[in-house]
Amino acid sequence: MFSLDLLLDAVVIGVLLGCFYGAVSLGLSVSFGLLDVPHVAHPAFLVLASYAVYFLNENYAIDPLVAGLLITPIFFLLGLVAYRLYYETFEKRGSDADVRGIAFFFGIAFIIEVLIILQFGVDQRSVTAAYIGKAWRLGDIRIPYRLLVAFAVATAMTMLLTLYLSRTFMGRAIRAVAQDQEALRLMGANPVKVKQWAFGIATAVLGIAGALLIIVAPVDPTLDRAYIGRTFCIVVMAGLGSLGGTLVAAIILGVAESIVLTLFGASWAPAISFAMLLGILAVRPQGLFGRRS
Amino acid sequence: MKRSSIAFWIGAVVFLAAVLVMTQVVGNQYPFFAGYVILQSIALAVAWSILGGYAGYVNFGTSAFYGVGVYASVFMVSAFGAPLPVQILTGAAIGALMGLALGLLTLRMQGIFFSIATIALTIVIETTITNWRYVGGAAGIQIQRPAATSPFDNYVQMLFFVQAVLVVVAVAISRYIQNSWVGRGLQALRDDELAAECTGVPTLRLKLLACVISGALMCAVGAPAAMYLQYADPGSAFNLNYSVTTLAMALIGGTAHWAGPIIGAILLGTTQQLLTVTISSEVNLLVLGLMLVLFVVGAPEGIVGLIHKLRGNRKEGKI
Repeated sequence: MFSLDLLLDAVVIGVLLGCFYGAVSLGLSVSFGLLDVPHVAHPAFLVLASYAVYFLNENYAIDPLVAGLLITPIFFLLGLVAYRLYYETFEKRGSDADVRGIAFFFGIAFIIEVLIILQFGVDQRSVTAAYIGKAWRLGDIRIPYRLLVAFAVATAMTMLLTLYLSRTFMGRAIRAVAQDQEALRLMGANPVKVKQWAFGIATAVLGIAGALLIIVAPVDPTLDRAYIGRTFCIVVMAGLGSLGGTLVAAIILGVAESIVLTLFGASWAPAISFAMLLGILAVRPQGLFGRRS
Repeated sequence: MKRSSIAFWIGAVVFLAAVLVMTQVVGNQYPFFAGYVILQSIALAVAWSILGGYAGYVNFGTSAFYGVGVYASVFMVSAFGAPLPVQILTGAAIGALMGLALGLLTLRMQGIFFSIATIALTIVIETTITNWRYVGGAAGIQIQRPAATSPFDNYVQMLFFVQAVLVVVAVAISRYIQNSWVGRGLQALRDDELAAECTGVPTLRLKLLACVISGALMCAVGAPAAMYLQYADPGSAFNLNYSVTTLAMALIGGTAHWAGPIIGAILLGTTQQLLTVTISSEVNLLVLGLMLVLFVVGAPEGIVGLIHKLRGNRKEGKI
């Protein structure tokens, strides 16, 4: 039965959900969108961050968002190391880097998944905080606070990262290296260092994104597989390297998922992001706001 | 026929004869259960590397093809009660069509975009099957095995032999491709697609051919699995683990030579069986991931590449 109320409800939830999807895709928008690293392990890092937040929340009763902030430095370092490893073994050697780079990150994702299973088991895990489980009533629409929190943090994160990339020296360097690596080298800057820093930032952002992930819904070790579809769909739809576009694309995906969920049921939900991704790749590979011709 | 070809076919016949004798002599059922999985891995890895190895298109969709093979069988059995050969042929036909579709995707995308698209394809197909009530939906479906045909007195033994035949078929095709102009063309487009196109290599036709053959083989390999497990559900038939395992086996063995995936699959498949039995299936997956990463970083050409290097050094008198 189709009703306008139901549709409105789905759209509102979809927009909030979309902003949250945007937050978890920001890192990939930098690492894959700007740096061209085939970072298939991005969602695995995301789930890893969620489990770190879960660990801190469960054992020390730290608020999930604070826990997310606490782990960002560690994730920053993790990102630096990961990029260094990727650069030394693949980018530097040149030929065939693409094929083996994907296999490399796929392997890393797999290892992270199994390590989480070995440590925490296959059960779903969730966190506790004051704002989880309650909802805000707006007329007939019921909005869970957890989505509102995710929405607020996600929007703030996107704005901060956009400002960082456009206003600071290092941020501009990152965008420069994405545009023309050789030119940067000729200016006397080291593109590898800039890219490593950018990859560090992209991974650090995942700390908070991981907190949001476990705030919005319980996580399990293989959740990263669903998020491969969502994150890549968003980044490709946005057009590689467009941060503002990421938020728009994420909202489109969120609304689409929410509407399909309302009309057809949950069993179709996993396919939506992947189907959209396939469609975009086939019809408009440069995305909505693409930088590439 | 060249001497190496004669040797290959004698080897294949000896292998099949040995498998046949084994099914008649060995009474214990466990070797067949474990052996079936290893043979299946070999066939998948060999089929995968026709596209992934020779042409350099990293296909994460092994589980899509495998799962479709499984469900082709499920459908054929529950709709027509089809016998095993028909199931396998149906699987192969559907796989070929899927391969064609995949081949058309390579028109628009390469590298990571292609890989991501193959994952997407897997999930979309899995979700469709999950929502298809006739073949069991999300809950899965039970399948009754018919009686085994002679000379086999047990269905698993028969499946073991059938899978061995599939391995021989896959290897023979892969070997033929490598030694023919098709293989050389694929290698050329792997190294530089634009340059290959410019020098007159029919890249599109070759890519489509590689996709169709690889897809048909992978689906055919999946088809007997329905009978092997007597049960099918979308979650396990389309499990992404098949994709990772197959990819790891092919890359660890080395994709430059047709023997590479076989070596990788035997090595990894046996290790996996041992680890699963002795420790746990999680540790087995961990070892798989670690080996994949180690080989991709340390020995990009795989075991075949290592052997090549060793031989080359010996010829130059370094060892």
